[in-house]
Amino acid sequence: MSQAQPRLRAALSLAVTALLVIGLVASQWLLGDAPRQMQFDARLAPPGVDHWLGTDALGRELWARTLAGLALSFWVGCLAALLSTLIALSLAAIATLSARLDALVSLLIDTLLSVPHLILLMLIAFALGGGTQAVIIAVAVTHWPSLARVLRAELWQLRQAPYVRISRALGKSRWFVLHGHLLPHLIPHCLVGALLLFPHAILHEAALTFLGFGLSPSQPAIGVLLADAMRYLSGGYWWLGVFPGLGMLLMVLGFERLSSHLRRAL
Amino acid sequence: MRLIAPIAKRVARLALVLTCVALVSYGLMMASPIDPVDAYLGPQMAQVSPEQRALIAQRWGFDEPPAVQFGHWLRQLVGGDLGWSHVYNQPVSEVIAQRFQRSIALLGSAWMLSTLVGFSLGVLAGAKEGSKLDNIISTYAFITASTPAFWLAILAVLLFSVTLGWTPTCCAGPAGALNQEVSVATRLHHLLLPVTTLALLGIANITLHTRTRMLELMRSDVATHAFAQGASRIDVAWRHGLRHASLPAITLAFASLGELFGGSILIEQVFAYPGLGQATVAAGLRSDVPLLLGIALFTALFVSVGNMIADSLYGVIDPRIKAGGL
Repeated sequence: MSQAQPRLRAALSLAVTALLVIGLVASQWLLGDAPRQMQFDARLAPPGVDHWLGTDALGRELWARTLAGLALSFWVGCLAALLSTLIALSLAAIATLSARLDALVSLLIDTLLSVPHLILLMLIAFALGGGTQAVIIAVAVTHWPSLARVLRAELWQLRQAPYVRISRALGKSRWFVLHGHLLPHLIPHCLVGALLLFPHAILHEAALTFLGFGLSPSQPAIGVLLADAMRYLSGGYWWLGVFPGLGMLLMVLGFERLSSHLRRAL
Repeated sequence: MRLIAPIAKRVARLALVLTCVALVSYGLMMASPIDPVDAYLGPQMAQVSPEQRALIAQRWGFDEPPAVQFGHWLRQLVGGDLGWSHVYNQPVSEVIAQRFQRSIALLGSAWMLSTLVGFSLGVLAGAKEGSKLDNIISTYAFITASTPAFWLAILAVLLFSVTLGWTPTCCAGPAGALNQEVSVATRLHHLLLPVTTLALLGIANITLHTRTRMLELMRSDVATHAFAQGASRIDVAWRHGLRHASLPAITLAFASLGELFGGSILIEQVFAYPGLGQATVAAGLRSDVPLLLGIALFTALFVSVGNMIADSLYGVIDPRIKAGGL
């Protein structure tokens, strides 16, 4: 059954993920100030009935902070993936205009791919001075090459398609062909591409923040929570290190599943 | 002659890409809002008069236009001088050389381990598609592919170092011991956990790709023919599958060097292992621009050479590609 109905599975997966995301976003709205509220009588309390996932060194509830961190990651990941897809699409379109531009774009891709992602991310975050904006831009600027390659190959192939050649022969402008014939064909590719980029984007955002280049330490981001947990590791406060990462893993897994189901269904 | 031309072409491409990397990273450093004189002075900033600051800026050439500065830097770079790292108070090339020596032990062993284990797991899973073994391996690979590297490292420290006490929590040797005094066994003991964690993360990618290739083969005409002749699945996997799957696995292994290096930055940070990754973080956080530029160039060279090797190996493993011309 599972192999026979990829569309059903994709729809189910989409529904579950959408529900979780809505829940996540809504929880931020309902929680209000909970992730920042300190309880000085319950510092570093272990997980239990009163404190579901325990509390940190300032007595803040870990479950609220983890949820807030996931919501933050979700927004950063969304924006970065969208921006990255836009960059990939426009550069792929530019590359198909002429051979010289194509060489330029592929040189740019080679350059970006030759520096390890994390180092490039650090350089860009450093150049922009850190903060949420810097992280979004850095992640967007580093993640487009793989998608751009796919789109470029697709575009080259499409240009040879009979209906595109007829359209050109009838005297339609390049611009018309691009957005009348080619772009509609590329939209599903872009959607799947953005969805594939998303988990990478949040993982890299968390890594960058963990190293101290990303979101500011006052925000309850997953990277910040885990960097804080590092200081309490040898004291045996295991919950600080385990739960935020587990939340992130579940979120990334959910989106990976969704994108693999979608790819199979489309 | 036929051999030399493509190699020369690749080396030229490598030089072009490295120049671009230099240009881009230098441009990023110039765009940074962090003032290099402030970064150099650190807390002594308050004790320095504006005249002295201007003098420092003039001595370092900061009063010249960016293009001229870039020219100076590039000329020195070609001469082998990467500049001075103020965080470590050493020439940048020395910092990179020392740190890389320590990192290469970590990177190299993790790389070998993840390639070998990842490839064998992929072949196993692909050969026995749909079996319990395949399910376990695929699920494992799927989950580790989504795990944040530093979180896995934190879990490893929690379990093996804090709770069980089997491995040390930090550094490349016991605290306070001099580099020369540390025995090989102690070093290996300190490397054990970081290498395992880094390898665990690398395995997933290679396993998944190898498995896909194996499935491709198992459904191909070659395999059907072999099955018709009475070969078992293991036979087909061993005789045909290994060759078929080894090419993408090797390519991927070399192409993932960048990813591996990124992972090592995070792992070194968690285990406080004094390698190149930790130096990168220190350079970035304390705005050591020459060191950061040096590391960016060095890693770009490292990754590009890896990609070049992967491309060249194509022809050796699969003679059909050589005939087609690259």
